[in-house]
Amino acid sequence: MTLLVHKGPTMTLFLQNARIIDPEGDAITQGNLILDGGLIAAIGAASAPKDAQVIDCGGACLAPGIVDWGVKIGEPGERHKESFRSAGLAAAAGGVTTIIARPDTAPAIDTPEVLEFVTRRAAEASPVRIRHMAALTKGRMGREMTEIGFLLDAGAIAFTDGTHVTTDTKVLGRALTYARSLGALVVGHPQEPGLSLGASATNGKFASLRGIPSVHPMAERIGLDRDIGLTEMTGVRYHADQITTARSLPALERAKANGFDVTAGVSIHHLTLNEFDVGDYRTFFKLTPPLRSEDDRLAMIEAVASGLIDVIGSFHTPADEESKRLPFEDAASGAVGLETLLPAALRLYHAGQLTLPHLFRALALNPARRLGLPQGRMAEGAPADLVLFAPDTPFVLDRFALRSKSKNTPFDGARMEGKVLATFVAGRQVFGAV
Amino acid sequence: MIFRARHLLGIEHLSPQEIVSVLDLADRYVDLNRRTVKQSDVLAGMTQINMFFENSTRTQASFELAGKRLGADVMNMSVAQSSVKKGETLIDTALTLNAMHPDLLVVRHPSSGAVNLLASKVNCAVLNAGDGRHEHPTQALLDALTIRRAKGRIQRLTVAICGDIAHSRVARSNLILLGKMENRIRLIAPPTLMPPGVDAFGCELFDDMAAGLEGADVVMMLRLQRERMDGGFIPSEREYYHRFGLDAEKLAAAKPDAIVMHPGPMNRGVEIDGELADDINRSVIQEQVEMGVAVRMACMDLLARNLRAGRGMKATEVMV
Repeated sequence: MTLLVHKGPTMTLFLQNARIIDPEGDAITQGNLILDGGLIAAIGAASAPKDAQVIDCGGACLAPGIVDWGVKIGEPGERHKESFRSAGLAAAAGGVTTIIARPDTAPAIDTPEVLEFVTRRAAEASPVRIRHMAALTKGRMGREMTEIGFLLDAGAIAFTDGTHVTTDTKVLGRALTYARSLGALVVGHPQEPGLSLGASATNGKFASLRGIPSVHPMAERIGLDRDIGLTEMTGVRYHADQITTARSLPALERAKANGFDVTAGVSIHHLTLNEFDVGDYRTFFKLTPPLRSEDDRLAMIEAVASGLIDVIGSFHTPADEESKRLPFEDAASGAVGLETLLPAALRLYHAGQLTLPHLFRALALNPARRLGLPQGRMAEGAPADLVLFAPDTPFVLDRFALRSKSKNTPFDGARMEGKVLATFVAGRQVFGAV
Repeated sequence: MIFRARHLLGIEHLSPQEIVSVLDLADRYVDLNRRTVKQSDVLAGMTQINMFFENSTRTQASFELAGKRLGADVMNMSVAQSSVKKGETLIDTALTLNAMHPDLLVVRHPSSGAVNLLASKVNCAVLNAGDGRHEHPTQALLDALTIRRAKGRIQRLTVAICGDIAHSRVARSNLILLGKMENRIRLIAPPTLMPPGVDAFGCELFDDMAAGLEGADVVMMLRLQRERMDGGFIPSEREYYHRFGLDAEKLAAAKPDAIVMHPGPMNRGVEIDGELADDINRSVIQEQVEMGVAVRMACMDLLARNLRAGRGMKATEVMV
């Protein structure tokens, strides 16, 4: 099945009566929007242009579409868990207009040939935009750098070995040096792999009570310190995929204050859940890194609010039932999140911790900027990638209603607020019935 | 003619005048080498030992031929058959050889500084035929001679040295020589193959071929020295060739009359396009080999004169 939703000619759309969220200008305005030629043509126009299709937003929020950085899609290798098609449909339903996919596939996306293949497949199958990160080392084995030059030419947006930490600093140092000369962005997973080996929870009362092997939060800080050191040594552009513990924050703050080209992300799960949510060995709450203490969670929210942490992502990781229906230690790690990212993030808004423009800075503007994409802005001339949502509509999440092939969400049965009404990619509606 | 050195261990210790002396004398040996009878007796009665602790074909052959054409008794000692394999230290080997009274010792060794160590223990003249990633003085001199004959001068030229600079002794010796002769030097390499701090040598650094080759008079390619690499400095040979391999398209950035050099052995399709390497209008790679023999003859001639003078013998006026 081919669905080239975001390609070909588009109609002029007139979105009227919307609460327009501008993350760049940190403002919310009531008004109308004209989408034309795949771009935002005008903001605040009084009346619809001739032969434009009019969509009444009914006062709902209209924001730049989410740029979700770090999504695992099972192609190639694990299509039974998630395909470009199912991931794209889930993303559209979740208000995600650009997926930044991870290269931890089987085989890994580590050659221009594989990258070109997945790029073509994704464009054919997905209603939302998909850009791929490529592996930093061949097979993500941490021994030899990939063809960073060829991969950039083939469209790699960043380079990462995902959660495989390259322990050989000589190899990593060279890869970073080479990446720096090409201006490539490298995404690291700050973690000391020796300390975190075999751990599936964070050190503390809960892990001890449940008898789950656990890791000290310092493992993340040690990994981050090393990566920042290598960033200073090589001058590479570096992004830490997930910062999840308060202990990492001073190191990150220092690196930014020293002017190193460092940014950081956090997963929505570490902002909305804590270690106690694992409860009775619920494997859908098993994540990498593991859920942290409540103090850490609150510190992460504060770090997002202060701008120290730049990006919020879902770290969508599909896992089939078989890989989760196992004893906690043996179960696969990770959770799906494309469809729950926005309602979960709105919890922070409803709790008064983040404003809507600030939330969309972390969900859309900052990741797009860091990746060199024109998305994420509510401005004339910006790509018309938008999400229309009702922030206060309550619902109870049913995991079997998810569009992802895998249903491993930690929010099953959770009361959430915020429904996506429509999603637009390049000025075309790809989700919703407004 | 000024040449005071007792050994030829590196370009570092030569003055610009000494370099010019070698090149002037080598020019005359080029003429000799082009005759049918290529015989001289400036080294008659002298013993030359070639000691190669590292495999070499072209350099060893070049030194052997140079010695033979000058009338020396030449002996090749390859490590495979030597006592080094039996556990003898470098200094013991040197002392043993020294006891046999050689006059010229040509040494190549995989460790930087090993030839200097050896030179401090023997009474004869030592020629460095390449030590680790330190120096390869006769290569720099033969490159200089090739450039001077092609360009008419060895000053005020823009010379681009491209490729695996980190592992190259050829690059270091050339850098020093061309700097001493007041040329503008550019180093072009992926940053992983650029030695740290090399900008302090007074050269310009590039990681982009087109920018680095802009307006160059001389383009010196280097071999990718896989054998000296511990692990991956580059992602793959194909990406290396794409970004740093010299082909006609990249060469177009250089001056229209720029010459292309390579110290050999070449990896065609890795650092240089095969067709370009064979282009007689641009490539002087074969000339470099020819100049190699003449430069080595000149060096050995000059060292032998100093050796005789040092031993209180009157330097015989042997000139070609």
